[in-house]
Order: sequence, then structure tokens, then C-alpha cells
Amino acid sequence: MDTKELYEVLRQHPFLEGFKPPHIQKMAEMAHEVRFARDQIVFREGDECGIFYLILEGKVALEASGPGRILRISTLGAGDELGWSSLLAEDGKHFQARTLEPVRALAFDSTRLRQTCEQDHGFGYLLMRALLRVVSQRLQATRIQLLDLYAPRGVKLI
Amino acid sequence: MSAPAVALLTPAPARVAAVEKETHDTFTLTLEPADGQPLAGFAPGQFSMLYVYGVGELPISISGDPNEAGRLLYTVRSVGRATHSLVSLRPGEVVGVRGPFGRPWPLENARGKDLLIVAGGIGLAPLRPAIYEILRRRDDYVRLIVLYGARSPKDLLFRKQLAAWGRLPDSQVLATVDYGGTSWRGHVGVVTALFRHLRLHPGETVALICGPEIMMRIVARQLEARGLPDSEIYLSMERNMKCAVGSCGHCQLGPYFVCKDGPVFSYQQLRPWVVHHEL
Repeated sequence: MDTKELYEVLRQHPFLEGFKPPHIQKMAEMAHEVRFARDQIVFREGDECGIFYLILEGKVALEASGPGRILRISTLGAGDELGWSSLLAEDGKHFQARTLEPVRALAFDSTRLRQTCEQDHGFGYLLMRALLRVVSQRLQATRIQLLDLYAPRGVKLI
Repeated sequence: MSAPAVALLTPAPARVAAVEKETHDTFTLTLEPADGQPLAGFAPGQFSMLYVYGVGELPISISGDPNEAGRLLYTVRSVGRATHSLVSLRPGEVVGVRGPFGRPWPLENARGKDLLIVAGGIGLAPLRPAIYEILRRRDDYVRLIVLYGARSPKDLLFRKQLAAWGRLPDSQVLATVDYGGTSWRGHVGVVTALFRHLRLHPGETVALICGPEIMMRIVARQLEARGLPDSEIYLSMERNMKCAVGSCGHCQLGPYFVCKDGPVFSYQQLRPWVVHHEL
């Protein structure tokens, strides 16, 4: 995809809702298309992965592994982002990401994205606001999952 | 007490024709008449009072096809003494049945529109008759969208039917679980996360929701945020129904008796009451 095509794809991606054309253009200039086969590990827990993804097609599972088992805690698909923690550049990945279907995504170098945020605070504000929206949605979803709403009545959480 | 009132409060005998295991803790009972009198027909969303002799009476939503005459299906999760007794019945045994009772899903209001069905856990059971009815009158509606959330893959009800419904034209069926292992290749996460995969048409969509009350509240709020009017969002409430005819007051919710005025209400009606603590 050339920058013009990337711009059109990004313009329609839910993560960039509220972005102005110059900001979408900045994102387009930093994006490149990537593809993953089914059952491919995109990153592992603890990896220092510096890539931020916007998923265009396919499904990705976030997994946590424990002794003798792997738990899927969330699935992401078209319109979602993957790898938001790379934008904070604080520590490694919290979970493992594995594709459940062939996946097509746009990849961004997180260091470059952060530098652009520092240079253009308007862009930085929009990106961080979009990120906060995602993190907030994930937090709410996690809280609801923790309620274990579908457990039989009488099963007490605490 | 008048004769019709006595009839409403008197269980009619029904014979267990079959008990089918749906999941590790959920079963579907098929009841047929035991005394030669046909069992009363029902509308999707209605419930019966089932009386296990010697144990007690409990409200159970009807989960079968409303156009299948001569028998009634109930999908029951075995979680306590009464429900365990119910699902432990054997073919040939007799239970008492009162009803059907309650206000059904407003399928007539949805004609010419998309139907969005959001179910959580055992909440799919009271919605299945609505799906049967929608499929029977398929030309009356535009799209049929079913979103279903369950605790884990082994808790998903009616899996074969869900898959079959999803293959029909103008239909979309998405299931998600709170906890999934590696053999589960479907969605993991809360049911509202599935909204991202939909194109909703506010004003042209009627939503029917059934599941745990907190889940229904969250779903209703998020649908409103996506532009659906509260008058087009319907919830099926569960309360401690006893008489089922609006006399005893056990199932009172604000100004309503859930057994008589519900169990199906619009979110517009319920909004002041579903956020009140302890009601």
C-alpha cells in the first residue's frame, strides 16, 4: 500500500476517530502493512516489542500462560489496536498475542510514534486520547469479566 | 375467588417426555399433557410456574418453539434444590404447570426492522422462542443479529443451533466467553465487545436482551450510546415470582409486578428502577 492508500485505510479505522486529516497523514507516513499466518505468535509475554498495530482483518488472542495451561483472556479483531503498552515504553509485553486467523494489520514503530507525539503536541493529545479510550474500554471489560456474571447464583466471588 | 382465578392458581399435570443435557449443568425438559387436556400455547418470552411435587414451585421461561403444539420445553440450570429436582425428573414422571404468564417479547413492534438479540448465560433460553418466531416470519424483519456471552465454551447453550442460525442469509451470530482455553477459537471477552463487529442502524433496530441484570444494564447503556432509543431496547427481568398473577407482590419492581407487567419491559420503563440498589 502506498501512503495514499494507507491514509484511506486509516481514515476509516475506529482507533483514529476524531483525528484531523494532517494527523491521519502523519500516521499514514509511519505505517506499513504486515500479515501474520494463523497460529503465529505476534509477541510473547515479556518481549520488548516496539511495534504498535492497528488490526485490519483477522482475529488475535491475548493469552496468559501458567503451569501446564494457557488462558485466553481477550480476543481482538478488525478495528482494534494491538500492543498499546509499547507506546509507554516502560516494560515488556504483559501478555502473549497469537493469531487465531490470518491477520492483516498496519504496524507502527512505537519509538517514532512517541517522538512524533513529543514534536507535535496536538497529534500527541489525539493519540493519547485514543489510547486512553482503548485502555478504559479494556479496564471496564476486565472489571465486568471479574464479576463472573454468568456464574450460577449462590457461587460467591468472595 | 372466581373460577378463572382459581384456574390460574391451580397447576395442571404435565408428563415429562424427555430430559436432554445441554451443558454440564443445564438441561432441557420436554413436557407433554398428562390428563388428555392440551398444554396452553405461549408467546415468546413468557414463563410457566413449574411445580415439582413435594419440593416446590418455580418460574421457568419457556425455551421451545411457540408453533410446536402439544409440548412445552424448558431449559433449566441446576443451581439449587428445586432446579436440581426439576432436571432430575425422569421421562414419565409428572409435574404441575401453571401458565404461561407474562408479557412477551414485542416482536410485532420490530416488523420491518433489524432485530438485535443479546443474551448472556442461561438468558439465551427465553430468547430462543423469539428466534424461532422471527425465522418463521423471516420476511417481516430485516437482519437478525444474535450476540451471546457465556462463562466458558463448555457453558454455551444450543451451540449447533447458533451455528445454523449464523449460516442463514441476513443473519449474524457471534458468541463470546469470559474464559477460553486454547481449543476455543472464538471470541473471548464481554458481550458488549462484540458491538465492534456490528453495523447498527439506530431507529431501525429493536434490541431484545436477556441475561444477568448487571449485564443487561451495561448492554442497554451501550446500545443507547450507539443511538438506539430506550423505547426500542427490551429486557427480560427475573424476580422472585410466586403467584405469577400480580397478587402476592413478591416480584414487585418499582411500580411493576414482574410476573404480570413483565417479565419483558422496555428500558424506557425500567430505567428508574434497574439502577436502584437492592430493588
